Amino acid sequence: MMLTYPLAALGRTMLGFLAVLGRIAIFGGQSLSHIVRPPFYPREFLSALINIGYFSLPVVGLTAIFTGGALALQIYSGGQRFSAEAVVPQIVAIGMVRELGPVLVGLMIAARVTSSIAAEIATMKVTEQIDALVTLSTHPMKYLTAPRVLAAILVVPALVGLGDIIGIMGGYIVGTKQLGFAPGAYISNTWNFLETADIISSLVKGAVFGLIAAVMGCYHGMHSGRGAQGVGRATKTSVEAAAIMILAANFLLTSLFFAS
Amino acid sequence: MIQLSNLHKGFGPKKVLDGVNLTIGRGESMVIIGGSGTGKSVLLKCVLGLMIQDSGIITLDGQDTSTVERDAFLARFGMLFQGGALFDSLPVWQNVAFRLLRGSLARPKREAREIAIEKLRRVGLKPDVADLFPSELSGGMQKRVGLARATAAEPEIIFFDEPTTGLDPIMSGVINDLIREIVEEMGATAMTITHDMSSVRVIADKVAMLHAGRIQWTGPVENMDNSGDPYVSQFISGSADGPIESVR
Repeated sequence: MMLTYPLAALGRTMLGFLAVLGRIAIFGGQSLSHIVRPPFYPREFLSALINIGYFSLPVVGLTAIFTGGALALQIYSGGQRFSAEAVVPQIVAIGMVRELGPVLVGLMIAARVTSSIAAEIATMKVTEQIDALVTLSTHPMKYLTAPRVLAAILVVPALVGLGDIIGIMGGYIVGTKQLGFAPGAYISNTWNFLETADIISSLVKGAVFGLIAAVMGCYHGMHSGRGAQGVGRATKTSVEAAAIMILAANFLLTSLFFAS
Repeated sequence: MIQLSNLHKGFGPKKVLDGVNLTIGRGESMVIIGGSGTGKSVLLKCVLGLMIQDSGIITLDGQDTSTVERDAFLARFGMLFQGGALFDSLPVWQNVAFRLLRGSLARPKREAREIAIEKLRRVGLKPDVADLFPSELSGGMQKRVGLARATAAEPEIIFFDEPTTGLDPIMSGVINDLIREIVEEMGATAMTITHDMSSVRVIADKVAMLHAGRIQWTGPVENMDNSGDPYVSQFISGSADGPIESVR
């Protein structure tokens, strides 16, 4: 009997995990359905657009520029081992656009936006503001979730695009100022090497990561426990879950776009 | 008229409502009293549909509330929450006029603001409060704003959840008087849950005591002191001795 306990515990954990995944998928589907069904709340949407997009610019920009610079240094020093240091512009470009740009922006959005959405909605829940919305004939999914999810789907790809450009710029600065690349050649090598599919994959990843970040924030906020501990737990869990799901989605999307 | 018939609600093994039967007449102010954790808030949330009862029927004017159109049903209600439940992100006037700015009751912004300021004036708040945010208000002011919001769309039925919790006795008296005046002015049906006996005496036409998941006693407020019910007597006197078990 004792031998079956670990298996039973593993089974229970797996079932619990799958149940949560199912609930999140249903919640995500409901969120998307509320985006296209009236009533709409344009003011809430604009506010979410500014919060998720505009106020994330500094963190996205700084993350991208330092990553691009460090990537150029790594590729240069690593490439020297087999006389391939000349490919810095191309590898920085492909690395930033295909992988690091979307993933780092996604993770930064999970840290900044998912946490703030989860904390805000969870606080609204524990202070009965969600119940108040219902009594005021306002559907919480429509008023709170749909505008945030739509804003994230639209604005995170833009942030990713910007992060890609700033990351490449970071590589350019290090490449031309420190590693001795000619500015014109660096830019033309970057531009000529990138393909449309690279850029499209980057933006699609941005949209999917935006969806994940916003849905996870809203889901954990709406399902938070009571009191300060409940809000804290919802915030922490939302960021953890969003980060893991973004990395898993990145793997799936990379497989989809580039595996063949 | 609101009628609750054989209402049951539990959370896991804990039975909170165990066969509640209660009728609240049109234009009547019913106050539900009972100790902490006896299910008063749950009862109220079941009526509003914020929680779904395990069994039993709630009717409003003879119609089963589980079958009515939700928006039209909720448009008949106003509610003052225990903690105010004001929206932090909106200024006071938009909290008050929330319902008037969106949905089926929507009207032009200027008109909604004027109504909000009038409602704020009615609860004793000056127009300059309108542009403040809830976090800039005291607890008493938040309750008043909550009261203004609950009445902004002239609802037929108003619920008050612990309206005086956390307020000093003077502010409690002011809120109680306001509730009584506003409910009478509007001719609204009111359902209040509280364990503050001073609120009961000011607000109530009728009183119902909830204990052990059931309505223990119900009757006009003037009969409350001579109800002959040991549970009600103990609750009114606040004595630790009696049929209601107390943890010391």
